[in-house]
Amino acid sequence: MSFNIENYFSDNSTGNTILYYKGNVDSDVINHILDTVENKMVEVSEQSKLRKKVYNVLVESLQNLYHHVDKVPSDFEDQTSERFGLIAVKKVNNGYRIITGNFVHSDNIDKLEEKIKRINRSSHEEIKELYKFILNHQRISAKGGGGLGLVDIARKTGNKLEYSIKEYDSHFSFFYLNILVNEE
Amino acid sequence: MEPIIIEGTPKTPTVKFDATEGVFEIKGRSIPENSVEFYKPLVDWLDTYKESPLTKTVVNVRLEYFNTSSSKCILDVFKKLEAIHKAKNEVEVNWFYEEDDEDMLEAGEDYESIIRVPFKMVEILE
Repeated sequence: MSFNIENYFSDNSTGNTILYYKGNVDSDVINHILDTVENKMVEVSEQSKLRKKVYNVLVESLQNLYHHVDKVPSDFEDQTSERFGLIAVKKVNNGYRIITGNFVHSDNIDKLEEKIKRINRSSHEEIKELYKFILNHQRISAKGGGGLGLVDIARKTGNKLEYSIKEYDSHFSFFYLNILVNEE
Repeated sequence: MEPIIIEGTPKTPTVKFDATEGVFEIKGRSIPENSVEFYKPLVDWLDTYKESPLTKTVVNVRLEYFNTSSSKCILDVFKKLEAIHKAKNEVEVNWFYEEDDEDMLEAGEDYESIIRVPFKMVEILE
């Protein structure tokens, strides 16, 4: 194995982890994670505006994994998960961090990074227009995604998409998305 | 035609489309992984309804959450309503949002700017 995919979390250890999951991301897992995080936010009486934003962004992050993950490398420890992903939710100052991780085939890395860079250099107004354009012009893909997930996350959080791409081997990279959802 | 009545679940909304009443409703959470599967019957139903609609159709959309995959399907629903409106029938969409939920208000405004049907933004006070 080329590197430990979980090291990222010890390197970015600020905040209090309220959820951590590693494994197959199927519909039941998504339901369970959503319920867990929603209940924890209710328990601490998180204000409803922030709660809704976190919930929305969490739905999109999980469904991005569900629709878009590539299969794992053949030497990876977990060969049974059809859709392997990592997810962590942390309470930080003024908000939450939602961190996801998944394998991306080397052929798909440039396209993904270009998409993120395009979003990150856009103003809030431009992101709003981009969202409407994709909504109105792009059909739902064969994988079931609408192509709107990342744009929606950037629009709802108002923050840049922080990410990291680590080469796993010559065919695969591991992609981390680190989303800050905070009070304005 | 037979009405569509669907009970809501934690991931799919309550739906009531009844051609004898003229007030349709979509309410709750719409966050399924496969939204096409859920919305296709609704879009097909509206396709039939548009052949002989009531003179006035009101659609109440009261969603707590919806995912981006649903957002395209909801647009398809609105496009059917637009066709009904274009054929000189009265159509009105009431888009409900909770008072602190600017994201939901903006989502309604997105649709309002794409679809040529009168929209009313209705704030729900807590």
